[in-house]
Amino acid sequence: MAEKQSKWKIFTAGIIRENPVLRLVLGCCSVLAVTTTLSGAVGMGLAMTFVLVCSNIFISALRKIIPAKVHLPCYIVIIATFVTVVQMVMQAYVPDLYKTLGVFISLIVVNCIILGRAEMFACKNTVLDSALDGLGMGIGYILTMALMGGIRELIGSGTLLGVTIIPESIDRMTVMNSAPGGFFVFGVLMAGCVWLENKMNKPIERKSCGDVMLEEIDAAKAEKGKGGAEA
Amino acid sequence: MSAAEFATVFFNLILVNNYVLVQFLGICPFLGVSKKLDSSAGMGMAVIVVMVVATAVTFPIQVFLLDANNLGYMQTIVFILVIAVLVQLIEITLKKYIPALYSSLGVYLPLITTNCCVLGVTILAAQDYVPVIETAGFGVAYLAALVCAAGAGVGFLVAMLLFCGVRQRVEAANPPASFKGLPITLVSAAITSMSFMGFGGLVENIVNALT
Repeated sequence: MAEKQSKWKIFTAGIIRENPVLRLVLGCCSVLAVTTTLSGAVGMGLAMTFVLVCSNIFISALRKIIPAKVHLPCYIVIIATFVTVVQMVMQAYVPDLYKTLGVFISLIVVNCIILGRAEMFACKNTVLDSALDGLGMGIGYILTMALMGGIRELIGSGTLLGVTIIPESIDRMTVMNSAPGGFFVFGVLMAGCVWLENKMNKPIERKSCGDVMLEEIDAAKAEKGKGGAEA
Repeated sequence: MSAAEFATVFFNLILVNNYVLVQFLGICPFLGVSKKLDSSAGMGMAVIVVMVVATAVTFPIQVFLLDANNLGYMQTIVFILVIAVLVQLIEITLKKYIPALYSSLGVYLPLITTNCCVLGVTILAAQDYVPVIETAGFGVAYLAALVCAAGAGVGFLVAMLLFCGVRQRVEAANPPASFKGLPITLVSAAITSMSFMGFGGLVENIVNALT
């Protein structure tokens, strides 16, 4: 029973508790760029989930074979393979969606969610656990994307999935369809998330992949400074 | 393509279609590293170097290796591997021959492999300028791709530096509790991005006026 509980916990972690976008703050580029319409956002979410689950399975299956020194290139090759699969499938069956998402499908390769889950989870856990983790994270990602895409499409074009919701007589806030709207909606959503956390007295410290980068830079600089002083 | 057209491409990518603020490429370093001015400048310079070198290598690969053999679908895998190898090569070369530059940029190079704006610029340059070969020849298309890469890199640097200044002001302010930290950073990025919308059409008009 305890075993089953933990599997369930791994699966649900990504949906709310460790939501990849709003709580772990990974993969912000695609969240900001392709959420101008609900359908684009969900399509991107599905593509991402497929790559996430497959790469998690493969990386975890190969975790004892991949040498630590070249683990990053190995992960990238595995991920890029699945991204290519997604690209070819989308080009064949949903060419319109493929055109809308454009370069961001290729950029799934360098998305921090996938590399982050590979480094944080798949390289230390069993195949089944990694698959569940990938699926949970993917669902969390789809839900957040859908929320953002829905808000932006509704306010920006007054439609949802192409169906007019807000009557034509009301002016559209087209800024929501352009770049500033993306940053703004994401910021407000995250503020809402922080507000809920504070209400529930469970604040967390958010650390985006950029913050990790800055820490690495500082650490490398400190080390170099030390080396220079010794020399 | 004339010199005026090259200038339009270059300045458009800095002011109008800025990779970070308008096209959302390279958001991670933009949100994280822009906390410190010296790190933003170093990261920006390193990105310019890697973007230009990566495009210089991937563009001919796309034309002579992938397109020539009908292997266009291998683009993603090939480009990301080429970038990963190139970053290592640049690091080794700088260390050996230009140690002064290495000491200022070396820290940032390993972080750039997985930066989406580098992969993004190589793919977009191939997408936009491979068709130009038919009308203008390979040399011109290649030069245009390089100008595009340089413009994207300078645009990244400009966005990082500007936003670093904005951030220092924001950190001194006192926003509502829920907005502290990342949310207020994102909202200020929205306003910075909005100010870049004001440049729309500016570059074409200046270039037209000058020529």
